[in-house]
Amino acid sequence: MSGWRHPDLGQEVDRSKRLRFSFDGAPLKGFAGDTLASALLASGTHILGRSFKYHRPRGLMAMGAAEPNAVFDVTLDGRTMPNQRATLTQLLDGMQVRSVNTGGSAARDPLGALDLLHRFLPAGFYYKTFMAMGWMRWEPMIRRMSGLGRVDPGWHPPANAETANAAPDVLVIGAGPAGLAAAKSAAESGRVVWLVEEARTLGGAFRWRGGQIDGADWTEIRDATVAAIEAAGGRVLTDTTLWGAFDHGLFAAWQRHPDAPDIHWRLRPRQTILAAGAIERPMWFAGNDLPGVMSAEAALHFLILHGAVAGRRMILATSGDCAYPVAGALCSAGVEVTLADLRSQTPHAPEGVRLLRATRIEAARGYGAVHGAVLNGEFHTADAVLMAGGWTPSVQLHCQAGGKLNWDEARDVLVPRPGTSTLVTVGAANARYDLADVLAEGHAAGGGSGPAPRPTLETHWSFAPLRPDPALKGPIWVDMQNDVTLKDVSIAAREGYTSVEHLKRYTTLGMATDQGRTSNFAGLSAMAALTGQTIPETGTTTFRPPVQPVPLAVIGGRRRGALFNPPKRLALEGSHRTAGARMREYGGWLRPAVYGEGDEAALALEEARTARATAGLYDASPLGKIEVLGPRAAELLDFTGYVRMSTLRPGRARYGFMLSETGIVYDDGVVLRLAEDHFVLSASSSHVAGVILKLEDARQDRFGCDGVVIIDRTAYWSTLTLTGPAAQSVLKRAGLPDAGLPHMSVTETECDGIPLRIARISFTGDRSYEISAPTRRAAELDALLVQALGAEGGRRIGLEAVMLLRAEKGYILVGKDTDGVTMPHDLGWVASRDKRSDEFIGKRSLFTAEARRSDRRQLVGLVVDDSRGVLPTGAHVVTSGSAPRSQGFVTSSGPAPGAGGSHALALIEGGLSRMGEVVKTFHLGAIRQARIAPACLFDPAGERLDG
Amino acid sequence: MQIFSCPFCGPREEHEFLFAAEAGKVRPEPAEQVSDEDWAAYLYHNHAPKGASREVWYHQTCGTYFLMTRDTVSRDVEGSEFLPGAGA
Repeated sequence: MSGWRHPDLGQEVDRSKRLRFSFDGAPLKGFAGDTLASALLASGTHILGRSFKYHRPRGLMAMGAAEPNAVFDVTLDGRTMPNQRATLTQLLDGMQVRSVNTGGSAARDPLGALDLLHRFLPAGFYYKTFMAMGWMRWEPMIRRMSGLGRVDPGWHPPANAETANAAPDVLVIGAGPAGLAAAKSAAESGRVVWLVEEARTLGGAFRWRGGQIDGADWTEIRDATVAAIEAAGGRVLTDTTLWGAFDHGLFAAWQRHPDAPDIHWRLRPRQTILAAGAIERPMWFAGNDLPGVMSAEAALHFLILHGAVAGRRMILATSGDCAYPVAGALCSAGVEVTLADLRSQTPHAPEGVRLLRATRIEAARGYGAVHGAVLNGEFHTADAVLMAGGWTPSVQLHCQAGGKLNWDEARDVLVPRPGTSTLVTVGAANARYDLADVLAEGHAAGGGSGPAPRPTLETHWSFAPLRPDPALKGPIWVDMQNDVTLKDVSIAAREGYTSVEHLKRYTTLGMATDQGRTSNFAGLSAMAALTGQTIPETGTTTFRPPVQPVPLAVIGGRRRGALFNPPKRLALEGSHRTAGARMREYGGWLRPAVYGEGDEAALALEEARTARATAGLYDASPLGKIEVLGPRAAELLDFTGYVRMSTLRPGRARYGFMLSETGIVYDDGVVLRLAEDHFVLSASSSHVAGVILKLEDARQDRFGCDGVVIIDRTAYWSTLTLTGPAAQSVLKRAGLPDAGLPHMSVTETECDGIPLRIARISFTGDRSYEISAPTRRAAELDALLVQALGAEGGRRIGLEAVMLLRAEKGYILVGKDTDGVTMPHDLGWVASRDKRSDEFIGKRSLFTAEARRSDRRQLVGLVVDDSRGVLPTGAHVVTSGSAPRSQGFVTSSGPAPGAGGSHALALIEGGLSRMGEVVKTFHLGAIRQARIAPACLFDPAGERLDG
Repeated sequence: MQIFSCPFCGPREEHEFLFAAEAGKVRPEPAEQVSDEDWAAYLYHNHAPKGASREVWYHQTCGTYFLMTRDTVSRDVEGSEFLPGAGA
């Protein structure tokens, strides 16, 4: 190919603005308004990339989203965007463009030798060869040899794409002739129309084919459409890709902005008109993938819009009338054109064009670039070969929306079956190519009254359908990007992969970034021919979003980094930070892990020891505070809980579990009974939403919402927990009423006008007070307690210290010390199962054969006597013998701040009846002995709770 | 993205909802008289109908459990109603 720039043509480039860029290191020039594709075409660069599998040289073949070959990594201002499509990327000054999937540059690729082997690398070669030889070993090498652009790991695109919603009356997809006509008639009837166009300018094929409508240039209907849309309150979005149709009429669109963050639109129109146009089919002959073999329509597009011309001596192969104006335009631009038409009955040749009738193209010849083509057995020299093989309507969005296709024999296409999706398809997407039909169809779909716009010159294009011919010699490419040849389709058929879905997966046909725009029809029609089926019998593969590659950064929008899953924040975060807290997420809440500088494990142990010696204060605000109120509150909690709460006296607290109906422990926590008809359920901080779900389920479904309500007041109350032997002294010093609260009781009181709820319950094994104040008064409570705390030698402690304290006491965390099969009796809580005669959630599941097995994994402690430190969490307890088997695992482990040494909790088969047994533990190859002990190591008699 | 109708809040996007259960299941009780088979059927045997279906869903933002009649193939939502005895 010897591409060049026409001196006059190129209506969308600004020749006063020269831009510099480089391709594989070579400096090149273009103009403002160029795409990378047009600038490279005009520069005469032949080879733009290498094919995926065989590393064959490939050039520019198509335009827009159909282009399979020209995919680049583009670096600008030090940022590399991988896999940019040349036909859709606007040229900017200073762009450094690199070809992808090349060993060096596109022009000189050391892996190009693979091409010589390609007859030995047919479809399925990698599967067949390397699966038998150990795929894992070969996969990295195969991956290196193929693949597209390289991600720059150092650059994180900003999370700044906004997501926005809109619900227009009418959404028109595509602003070509049909889309403009539809949008205009819809807007003129007063409806809110959103017109979405992928290109930066409106007009579609009008832009390069031109046209006179109702006696005026086509730009008049364009301007009238925009005016009508804006007058009716609609919008025109250019440079916007409508990339997916989803359930219940939702569409997603990616709007690009050169100087501002992109916008991701979620559109729910009342009516949608699809005017996405059609894509020119390639033709199938040997060497049809050589650089310089190109779509005729694309050649016209680049000529008119950018003045970029593919060559000086071209062969245009066709079987239809629509290529004739292309030949004429190229000829007027100074190109020597030979038009090879398969048909014997043809229109007249445009002036200056050499027309060969009944002529078939059999092969393109050349090495690295096309040198000519074989027409009816005779070689003709050319520096570009253009193909006009008919049209494939862009029906993806119709199909994504659930639409079916009809086979239209006369027009040789699959077209949307009307009424099978909510979209109305018009224009070339509906296989209408004559401009009068296109405009009339668009006008009608938009609900237009009165006459439709009419072209000044009527066209009636006829054509002869083309099919891949397996009898032709040489490799005939079907899918350029994924290197699928006609022979590969035959192999798939021979090996039984005749379904189009199997064909796709076996050969990777249509799975590349161009989504098979130029290849799917060829693959499917070839398979139909090989299996003797019709095209409707062969069917199509399923169309799924996205229609085109969309950056994940756009779909993700702002939901990244700190906004990906924002943690809940404590009201007292500021005072914790002032005290030196290291904040960390626990169960969705940002909480203090430890306080101060230095080694975290050492700090946590020191904090825990202080709490055991005097007093510790920690923020327990995330603990659920779910209020259950009403005359039937006790009855509800009896049903939803494993432990009965109706027998709890007001002012008292009781520990219990919530099970799922499968009998598995879902959550644990303390229930406070404030009054006969008023309970507070302390759900685990990460389970609050789930516990409410179960409570509401019972309330609404079983109780019929009668006699009980549930209110989540977790955020209303902030809770500080004071624990340790000096806890009571701190409380008194702070001036808070103690009221002689016994263990497991609760009181509602106040101090200095701050309403308080004080519960004496313990998660550490020491005397503890959970003191709750309304969140807006939490700072006052915090100040009172911290001052008194210091005077008694206590300190703030973080969650890491709390974890050490609770673990040595054998207090569990559901989900950490239990798993998806743990039932309450596995934790030693058997009384409810054995004694309760009333119904409760999960009850029946506690009596199945599985639930009664004696070798269930049960929670126990594990003590190590060696001097090798803490037993790792996750270590397995294994059987002895030559084939050891896991009997369970360590769930929590750490130093024991009160008891000394270390302590671990573990779920072990039959553990509760194996006290004192010495077992083997295994972790990362290391075997250690450990002794099964009660889960509670510290103060087993519970004297300190009342101390 | 489907649009479901909460009887309390009206039409909302599907990510606000959670599926709860197929409608019409009755919890077998008392536990002492329920066979393993009947309990397993209650817990695990679902019809998962292709086409018309009646299900209990939960609207997370308002906390309402409700009955929804919809078509699992066409995705048409025919209607929503409060659970019996609720919502008044």
